[in-house]
Amino acid sequence: MKLPLSEHRYGEHGVVLPPERSDANDALDVDLDRRRQLYRSMREMRTFEKRAYDLFMKQLVKGTSHLSLGMEAIAAGFGAAMREDDYTFATYRGHAHTLARGVPMTPVLAELLGRANGLMGGKGGSMHLTSVEHGMMGSYAIIGAHLTIANGAAWSAQYRGSGQVAVCFFGDGTTNIGAFHEALNYAAVYRLPVVFVCENNLYMEYTSIHDITAVPHPAADRAPAYGLESIVIDGNDADEVHLAAVTALDRARSGQGPSLVEALTYRHGGHSRADPGKYRPSEEVEAWKAYDPLTVYRERLVRLGVSEDELDAIDASVLALVDAATEGAIAGELPSPESAFTDVWADGGWSWRN
Amino acid sequence: MAQLSYRDAVARGIAQEMRRDERVVVVGEDIAGAGGVFKTTVGLLDEFGPKRVLDTPISEQAILGAAMGAAMTGLRPVAEIMFSDFFAVCWDIVVNQIAKTRYMTDGQVSLPLVIKTGNGGGLRFGAQHSQSIENWAMAVPGLKVVTPSTAEDVVGLMAAAIRDEDPVIFCEHKGLYASKGEVPDGEIVDSLGTAKIRRPGRDATILALGMMVPRALAAAEDLATRGIDAEVIDVRSLVPLDTRTILGSVARTGRLFTVEENPQLLGWGAEIASIVADEAFWDLDGPVQRITTPHIPLPSADSLEDLVMPSAESVASTVEKALQS
Repeated sequence: MKLPLSEHRYGEHGVVLPPERSDANDALDVDLDRRRQLYRSMREMRTFEKRAYDLFMKQLVKGTSHLSLGMEAIAAGFGAAMREDDYTFATYRGHAHTLARGVPMTPVLAELLGRANGLMGGKGGSMHLTSVEHGMMGSYAIIGAHLTIANGAAWSAQYRGSGQVAVCFFGDGTTNIGAFHEALNYAAVYRLPVVFVCENNLYMEYTSIHDITAVPHPAADRAPAYGLESIVIDGNDADEVHLAAVTALDRARSGQGPSLVEALTYRHGGHSRADPGKYRPSEEVEAWKAYDPLTVYRERLVRLGVSEDELDAIDASVLALVDAATEGAIAGELPSPESAFTDVWADGGWSWRN
Repeated sequence: MAQLSYRDAVARGIAQEMRRDERVVVVGEDIAGAGGVFKTTVGLLDEFGPKRVLDTPISEQAILGAAMGAAMTGLRPVAEIMFSDFFAVCWDIVVNQIAKTRYMTDGQVSLPLVIKTGNGGGLRFGAQHSQSIENWAMAVPGLKVVTPSTAEDVVGLMAAAIRDEDPVIFCEHKGLYASKGEVPDGEIVDSLGTAKIRRPGRDATILALGMMVPRALAAAEDLATRGIDAEVIDVRSLVPLDTRTILGSVARTGRLFTVEENPQLLGWGAEIASIVADEAFWDLDGPVQRITTPHIPLPSADSLEDLVMPSAESVASTVEKALQS
């Protein structure tokens, strides 16, 4: 596996700049139809997240939300590599991972708006997107927990001999919580079919991961402690992510156990709605915005012979989809008052006494 | 019918369900090869093999997370948290994840799992290995909580817990593991959410849980020699709570006492006292009285632990004094 961080230029005081633009990855073994699919998938995530942001500004989305703007290549690259019945476990920054499993946009957006036609009827919200029928086993909002839960789904798949793999996405900040270490050891001991994907966007929340982590690569440098290979990939290159995903999924499916993949990326915005991200050096932000996964990929497709018109048409059709989802979400009814009292228990109710 | 120890009843209940349902798997620290530090899973590895009975690292979050992920994808795990005090290191998985996921996903996810745990004091283990944590779990919507007090109930409630579609915290009282009781032959399946009247009586209702049940029964026998006929109810299940049995008893006796091993503040008896005050106030002939461990951590020395935990003597004297005043 290539280690693009070795090619990175470092600014002072923890500033990390993206790799130089290059056409080297044009030659990666990803066929053009798959590449079109990856482009479209990333465009869906980008357009959806921008719309989610706009709806925040209009105060239609309440509470908080954590956007994946700038990080789309990871969700898209893995999403396209997964089998239909594989399991996704995501964090509160999980909109893109939800869309990557083919969950329709309208219920996802309606969930953000707290509507009855939301993915969970308005009872989960932005941080807990779940669609079991699509293998989207949940978005988890307490750092670290879902690595252990992904292990359980992988254990179940192993026990049932189903060949399914659990893929678990998390941020760089997760690598410093105990559950991360418990989960990695556990997965390695039982050779579970699970792929852990660290989306290293260089900041845990508001603090540079570099400043508060004992090793340079928060995930990859910990991998050898659990008998796993150190893998660092360019998380802004959808092809590189996709091939790493295929490799890790194959390994898990063939009984060779877990992988830990550290994908370097950058979020274009702050940690959450409340955060303008001012703690980041402007030199760094500008460099990474220029190394935008969609820009990088669009240029590659053009070099490989896909016409600008075709790419524009994809963009337009995605925009129409997001517009329709916006209309559908805004038109959604508010949840019924009764729905606050359903599904505490398997019998559908909330009663705790006779 | 055979005499069975409370600890052997745990393994019998689990084995009964493992035989009928191959989705049932067991995980925990030292539970396979060693049969559990409290010997509550002896024989399971031999009968069901290492695929279904797994020793884990000391990683409580990983254990419960694995149970949750397995439950949401088709298995019915029984996970052990060796001492209930250790819930404190994995409470996120219990409270934020297991308890809330069905609700947050609008019913998409089912979590049919059991977390069994060695709970309670009396064994001189000190403040970090003796707590009664039922009320921690009871305070969280989405968790069922049971504490059996007899070997027969252990088998039947374990079977009910494993068959239940919801997560169940199964508190085994460490102080009862060595106790023995008659257990019928054949399959036993009990019902969650049901209390049992262990001793009928006319003059007072005494509610107890876990190891407090035999102490309450001993107190009732003592009280009987002094002309007080106390009814003893084994609450067994805190969530769901069998308020019908409790309120029915209070309607007959007019007096209510709770015997709780937990420290006083927000013990389960406080919730029941509140329910009785709301719904059975006019049935009462006197104030509800809670007999609890004082609001202190449990001390280790035997003389001190015995001093602070409710005993048959302290229960009897409290009831007698209250009824005579």
